[in-house]
Amino acid sequence: MLVYAAKRFASLAATLLVATLLAFVVLEILPGDPAQLMLGLNAQDDTLAALRQELGLDRPAWVRYLAWIGGFATGDLGTSYTYSVPVADLVADRAVVSLPLALIALALSTVIAIPVGVYAARHRGGWQDGGIMALTQIGIAIPNFWFAMLLVYVFAVTLRLVPSGGFPGWGGGIGPALLALTLPAIALALPQAAILARVMRSALIDALHEDYVRTARAKGLTRNATLWRHAVRNAFIPVLTILGLQFSFLIAGTIIIENVFYLPGLGRLIFQAITQRDLIVVKSVVVLLVGTVIVVTFLVDMAYAAADPRLRKR
Amino acid sequence: MSQTPPALPLVFLLMRHRTLLAGGAIVTLVLVAALVSLVWTPYAIDALSVADRLKGSSLAHPLGTDQYGRDMLSMLMVGARTSIAVALLAVGIGVCLGVPLGLIAAARGGWLDEGLMRVNDLIFAFPTLLSAVMITALFGAGAINAIIAIGIFNIPVFARVARGGALATKSREFVLAARVSGKGEIRIIAEHILPNIANLLIVQGTIQFSLGILAEAGLSYVGLGAQPPLASWGRMLNEAQTMMMLAPTLALYPGLAIVVTVIGLNLLGDGLRDLLDPRLKRRAA
Repeated sequence: MLVYAAKRFASLAATLLVATLLAFVVLEILPGDPAQLMLGLNAQDDTLAALRQELGLDRPAWVRYLAWIGGFATGDLGTSYTYSVPVADLVADRAVVSLPLALIALALSTVIAIPVGVYAARHRGGWQDGGIMALTQIGIAIPNFWFAMLLVYVFAVTLRLVPSGGFPGWGGGIGPALLALTLPAIALALPQAAILARVMRSALIDALHEDYVRTARAKGLTRNATLWRHAVRNAFIPVLTILGLQFSFLIAGTIIIENVFYLPGLGRLIFQAITQRDLIVVKSVVVLLVGTVIVVTFLVDMAYAAADPRLRKR
Repeated sequence: MSQTPPALPLVFLLMRHRTLLAGGAIVTLVLVAALVSLVWTPYAIDALSVADRLKGSSLAHPLGTDQYGRDMLSMLMVGARTSIAVALLAVGIGVCLGVPLGLIAAARGGWLDEGLMRVNDLIFAFPTLLSAVMITALFGAGAINAIIAIGIFNIPVFARVARGGALATKSREFVLAARVSGKGEIRIIAEHILPNIANLLIVQGTIQFSLGILAEAGLSYVGLGAQPPLASWGRMLNEAQTMMMLAPTLALYPGLAIVVTVIGLNLLGDGLRDLLDPRLKRRAA
């Protein structure tokens, strides 16, 4: 286990390193001088040079790369060109919207998908199964932003149950903040739940055909006890993998969903930063998001190996 | 693999595979709409008309008009063309670059294989849509950049499928026999391995095609896909969002078009997989 963990960790570190390099190189070779952008086209050459020096743009690329990477450890990611506030503060402000949103959506999709998948597998071939499979087929095909628009139309515009967009902040109490995140979380969660329910169903159907299920039944365990204690537990392994993958989809999904609901999260931040050429913000947010995905994948791998000793040998 | 379906007339074949029939019918319909839009649409989509703003369904405009007086049906037809072109070309990029890479990795093995697969994992670590948003935002919004952005992320997918399939086929007897009979690596790949993994690639192709349609819709929804005057379903949804109170149907049709097309492609993929390789297990996502 230790060797496996060490190997996976080395691979994690290498992936993170390359990801940061990639983000840095892509954003460095792009046209658009931040100093020029901040001062406008009429700026004097010496003013430009002074600003470049202040921003540290006159240093060689590798020095700037190392300084930037080191910043992740110290929490100093530099200062946003357009907002003139520390990038770390900006990211922290926005993360308190995006992170709860992604986590609520993840929890919601799991809570919906697992019982639905188990139910479908138990009624395999029946009309219940057929109905669920048809619904999930539609769920997979629905773009989450369109689903979000439909939710807004029904629950915000017509029924007026929830706000149609915006975020009151956590300062005004948890209630209104959670209410503002309800529709976005549902819009993100349901299409993901459709995929997850299908995975749960097929994994459980596979597990139900295994010998240990027959043994459990033969030794006198009831159908329900066999299902939950043996089959479902084993079916969780593929479900866990998909959950890890879905986290990546959720991160990307929040970027678009935040735009539908005008939520001031990391997704909106990255869009604004891109249009304003605030590259120092863009590369930090990108690396943060990609880093989260890489770390989550690593954790899923570890959980996987802990759950299934056979995988450690690979 | 080599078991060919019995030589039934196409009609019988389709009747036995209802999923394939349904998927094929939907995809054909969308394809026809897209192709017809190349030569004819009921109205020109760049014809703005204040007098015809927000008309409901009528004989003149079967699906009504939008807030600029453009005919919705015509817009949807052109949107189908945009979606299909972007997604199909993105699949093309994935196949043309990913499949050779996967085949080389499988044939050579060793550090080359290891290296290529590491790069694959790296690309997988970037959430596709996030990267596509970055690429299109930084290098300019437009259909071409959307194709490239979506296409790049198809490369590792096809590389992985081709590599997996090639590794499984490589050790089969007929490949050994071909090697013993003196065929070179390239001839073996072209004559024996490629035909055997074609099924896998076709099925993966339809999956990536439908994912590409969704990605294109997402990109053009945030304004980074095809630019006006070209119509696209995602952009239509974006424009409809401000009109939700006045004309909710504007947001209904393009969304339905996306959903129906994606369902059609998914059914087609499922049907093709059952037809081409019954042993292949139902893939989940």
